[in-house]
Amino acid sequence: MIFDYPTFKIIWWLLVGVLLVGFAIMDGHDMGVGTLLPFVGRNDEERRVVINTVGPHWDGNQVWFITGGGAIFAAWPIVYATAFSGFYWAMLAVLWALFFRPVGFDYRSKIHNATWRSTWDWGLFIGGAVPPLIFGVAFGNLLQGVPFHFDDTLVSHYSGSFWGLLNPFALLAGVVSTAMITFHGAIYLAHRTEGDIQRRATTAALIFGVLMLAGFTVAGAWIANGSFGYAITSAVDTAALPNPLAKTVALQPGAWLANYDKAPLTMLVPALAYAGGLAALLLVWKGRTLTAFVASSFAIVGVIGTAGVSMFPFVMPSSTVPGASLTVWDAVSSHRTLGIMFWATVIFMPIIVAYTSWAYSVMAGKVTAAYIRENEHSAY
Amino acid sequence: MVSEQLVDLSRLQFAATAMYHFLFVPLTIGMVWMLVIMESVYVMTGKTIYKDMTRFWGKLFGINFALGVTTGITLEFQFGTNWAYYSHYVGDIFGAPLAIEGLMAFFLESTFIGLFFFGWDRLSRQQHLLVTILMAVGTNLSALWILIANGWMQNPVGSEFSYETMRMELTDFWAVVFNPVAQGKFVHTVSAGYVTGAMFVLSISAWYLLRGRDVEFAKRSFRIAAAFGFASICSVIVLGDESGYALGEAQQTKLAAMEAMWETEPAPASFNVIALPNEAGMKNDFALHIPWVMGLIGTRSLDKELPGLNQIYAVNRERVKVGVEAVKLLEALRKNPQDAALREAFDKVKADLGFGLLLKKYVASMDDVTPELIDRAARDTLPKVAPLFWTFRIMVALGFAMLALFGLALWYSIKGDFAERRWLLRWALWSLPLPWISCEMGWFVAEYGRQPWTIYGVLPTHMSVSTLTVNSLYGSLAGFVGFYTVLLIVEMYLMVKFARQGPGSLGTGRYLNETHHAHA
Repeated sequence: MIFDYPTFKIIWWLLVGVLLVGFAIMDGHDMGVGTLLPFVGRNDEERRVVINTVGPHWDGNQVWFITGGGAIFAAWPIVYATAFSGFYWAMLAVLWALFFRPVGFDYRSKIHNATWRSTWDWGLFIGGAVPPLIFGVAFGNLLQGVPFHFDDTLVSHYSGSFWGLLNPFALLAGVVSTAMITFHGAIYLAHRTEGDIQRRATTAALIFGVLMLAGFTVAGAWIANGSFGYAITSAVDTAALPNPLAKTVALQPGAWLANYDKAPLTMLVPALAYAGGLAALLLVWKGRTLTAFVASSFAIVGVIGTAGVSMFPFVMPSSTVPGASLTVWDAVSSHRTLGIMFWATVIFMPIIVAYTSWAYSVMAGKVTAAYIRENEHSAY
Repeated sequence: MVSEQLVDLSRLQFAATAMYHFLFVPLTIGMVWMLVIMESVYVMTGKTIYKDMTRFWGKLFGINFALGVTTGITLEFQFGTNWAYYSHYVGDIFGAPLAIEGLMAFFLESTFIGLFFFGWDRLSRQQHLLVTILMAVGTNLSALWILIANGWMQNPVGSEFSYETMRMELTDFWAVVFNPVAQGKFVHTVSAGYVTGAMFVLSISAWYLLRGRDVEFAKRSFRIAAAFGFASICSVIVLGDESGYALGEAQQTKLAAMEAMWETEPAPASFNVIALPNEAGMKNDFALHIPWVMGLIGTRSLDKELPGLNQIYAVNRERVKVGVEAVKLLEALRKNPQDAALREAFDKVKADLGFGLLLKKYVASMDDVTPELIDRAARDTLPKVAPLFWTFRIMVALGFAMLALFGLALWYSIKGDFAERRWLLRWALWSLPLPWISCEMGWFVAEYGRQPWTIYGVLPTHMSVSTLTVNSLYGSLAGFVGFYTVLLIVEMYLMVKFARQGPGSLGTGRYLNETHHAHA
């Protein structure tokens, strides 16, 4: 093993972060496009233009979601088990919303019927808007702590309800997440289109960018003054075999700011959310869409990173039995599995980035009404 | 204790979603190579008709692929939503192949499928062919990693139980990758997919020929399908996963059950062509056997014995008894993890821990175990014989029927007069559903035959579920079945519509039934 166990535990916290951010940047922009589809596309041809900006790429991008799920399964199995079974209906809502995407993209333009097409357009809207909303709500609940505990054989029991997830702070986090993804998608759309659609997409980017930054600020203030935050109160042996029941944890309002005091450099992460967000707003307004896209990608790193850094080392705090909270130290796989998955990720991730970039470069350029007419039978 | 209703509904939901998923997967796995073949011919000969073939069959491939993706998303997450304890207990091993599948295979497949459809005018011929090949490689690698994960459930190698973390942990990654059961399953499953792809093209081409339309297009497609299908069905039958049966106890139990082999016979065992299994009496009321054949197939030898179900039962009964001790020692050890004597005692019996856990279905504490319950737990380790016996036979019978069809189709393709043999074309047309039926039967044998375990000998199914309410399960099951049924109807509608329209749907002006739509 090239790294010891504690180092791998931290590396995997970073790698899960990389996968979540990768998902938000890549699948996020086509979800944002899906969310905007019914509003920026005013007739069938415009909507086909919008859809075809992501047509060749949405499927590859969606694999960030699948791989993220697989990586959490492999690296943090008890998090995968506890979170997805606890958030049962939320998770099903995400899956069912995602059902609309493959079929929506591929089937929509295969039939010449206005009702058929408009139905799938709204399906693509659901598939674009619901997942970021629910992921935001889930993060909002993670920050507050989730009602679960384990029995002594580590069977997880969730004592909350679906409706309990929809509390005010979580809904705010859902708004931040949806605004962030829609902002990012709008910038992408502005980059790949021209004329009316580009104009509408730019307006949408300005609205959702401001909404994201405002929501992010309110959420930050809420965390600073709110009643949640957890801290480990027992000694931590970072090299220990993972056992989520071996520690004590206390609810400590304001604890989510502790890491910024301990390591002031981490304040660069929320700063990146602001810097990226503001730069993206300015650039998209100036029509510099490609650099705006890069900037909004950094904003995503900042927003998701802020949630991660604030909670570190917590991944999934328990509100009912805080000692059962899952952390990067005690919710992980074995040293060997973390090592093997590290190599798999380090080897394949650059290859994936390389061929994905190639795919985008092959399909680069504006998608226009003329393109749709020329490719009547093969375009989405 | 977990309610049996919850376990049954969780199983039903997994079975339903997995079987829906596998309506689409084999066609993807097989069609993708047919596309590679057609496009290779196009690149080598420059004949446009082969490009049209790639694009038309690719269109149908895409309609199918969309639902493969849709139903596949569910499976990646259903272990977490519905099988939480399973995910915790074996995630250290089982999660890795799923994640690697994403990294190594699914990204490749999904990225290049976009270029396959949209890159025709932007890539050179060679580049586009490379894209198609990479898509095919991705698809097949995807199957490899999924079957490595599944093979480990059948034959859990390269891992051991850790009492400190209360879960199975990886000890040898390469043993998991090169698990012979997984490798056998991979070859068998992808070959079955190739047969499915070939049958799809063969049947629809036969239909065009019966109607006398798009004849050149259909004839070329038929020939490729006949050759590819014949090679594939031979692979399914000859290289089938039978070679894996003699390896590992799960496969031996399954083999005994699907052959209705109650008693261990002197080697080489006979093969039951037809039998009427009597579960309660643990015997067959009637059986028609062929001497020697089973022993030859199952062990590839004349002198190795295959254990019958009664013998497996006797062995497992002893393992349950030891397993009870293992569970008790584990409970003590969890309270006193530093006790070296306890640890030593546990290490001696921990191989049978899973058999002790079977009793958790009946009692919360191992102190309440009675000899009757030990009998019951041991009896639980034998899967129900009749369903396995018959589904296996349907699969095999259909396999041989397809062998005959592809053999004749290839023979007459070589002779060159297949298009005039209407009986052959009709036979090809009506055989369309056969590969799907066989695939579903095959998965039924593999997974139903693994019961009562999720991980054979390690983790019983009834312990693997999430602690959800029965009502949640009714709701989600209804949702999945509802969604999938609607989507399946939509998919079938489009598939039939475009298959009927034929290559004219490409709008090239070279075929019948051209679409000429004024732009909307």
